Amino acid sequence: MKVKVKYFGMIAESAGKAEEVLDVAPGTSAIELKDQQVQKYQIADAESVQLAVNQNLDNKVELNEGDEVAFLPPFAGG
Amino acid sequence: MRYDRQIKLDEVGVSGQEKLRNSSVLIVGVGGLGCPAAQYLVGAGIGRIGLIDHDRVSLSNLHRQLLFTEEDLGKSKAAVAKLRLQQINSEVEIDVFEEPLSTENAENLFQLYDIILDGTDNFETKYLINDACILTEKPWVYASIYKNEGQLSVFNFQEGPSYRCLFPKTSRQNISCEATGVLGVTPGILGTMQAAEVLKMILDAGNVLSGKLKLINILSGQDQLLTISKRTEEIEKVKKRGIIPVKIECKISDESKLYLDIREIFEQPRVNSGKVLQIPLSELEDRIEEIPKQEEILVFCQSGKRSKKVVDLLKAQFEFNNLINVEGGVETIIDG
Repeated sequence: MKVKVKYFGMIAESAGKAEEVLDVAPGTSAIELKDQQVQKYQIADAESVQLAVNQNLDNKVELNEGDEVAFLPPFAGG
Repeated sequence: MRYDRQIKLDEVGVSGQEKLRNSSVLIVGVGGLGCPAAQYLVGAGIGRIGLIDHDRVSLSNLHRQLLFTEEDLGKSKAAVAKLRLQQINSEVEIDVFEEPLSTENAENLFQLYDIILDGTDNFETKYLINDACILTEKPWVYASIYKNEGQLSVFNFQEGPSYRCLFPKTSRQNISCEATGVLGVTPGILGTMQAAEVLKMILDAGNVLSGKLKLINILSGQDQLLTISKRTEEIEKVKKRGIIPVKIECKISDESKLYLDIREIFEQPRVNSGKVLQIPLSELEDRIEEIPKQEEILVFCQSGKRSKKVVDLLKAQFEFNNLINVEGGVETIIDG
């Protein structure tokens, strides 16, 4: 099944893109997707990264076809 | 009439203007975010505004901190800001605190104001603001910037989520605008939006960004609004333990080598083992003599960018031939 993934802040730099569509196995959870992408793009400081599934900052969910997942790092500049 | 144009709005009116006059806001950090926020809040006629900042105006501030002019270089940001703001609106009472926000002064200061506005540039102070707001039951308006992206939210407002509900785990990547670069307009826009959230809370108008995280991308023009869930356990933890400093510490992998850490003291993680000279870039000019010239020294910062400049500069101007830049920054030389 396909999900749309969006990357923010330095994660977009690690991934080299701001978004992409991924083909994931049915039943994949948001946390499993995070682990895969953290490995793939060597995302630093992964513990602090939060996920939003369909604009909801709750990553304890199973993904469905067409979901949008945002990878959100904390940042502190001002 | 000074406030005529906003009183004309249904959301303000004479009674709303009175609410603004009876309100107080503490602005923590008078920099890229704090300057525009302060300008609009003073213009709008907030009764009392507090400015807390221990920093001084430097040349590289002027492209985005438009309260300051070339004449102000080296002067206290909070003091200069008060002077300019008072010229915009002498009816507003302005308090100045020329000190850093700390675990010692935060709660007492916050007690004196209705709303706290975060104009800071580091995680340590953001968690401190969050915890002190929970303990004093004050709402705060958060903003953060990474290059051309911004995050905006209102925390601890009417039982809403806190910053720890959004980011329970702090990041070790404390990257400031000084390090990454930023267009002046980016904090200008975010700081102005923070002021708008303050006005909405006071006027009880529209939808306050409580429980929401607004993401802004200046380049792509694509904004997002995410929903934040409340994590009650995070808030209860703070209530139980009170304020403790957020300090992220780490150990150096190779303790036989001599290092020079040129990061500012608030940048995390702090290295607490091995042989590490700590001279922040902002103090480097005055402390060059503390750096030995004989033995090999590995110079590091957060990303390797600033330390490269330092190595090149010290070599070219002060004849240091023993310095090596740590490419990739602090993460590459510590354990874990």
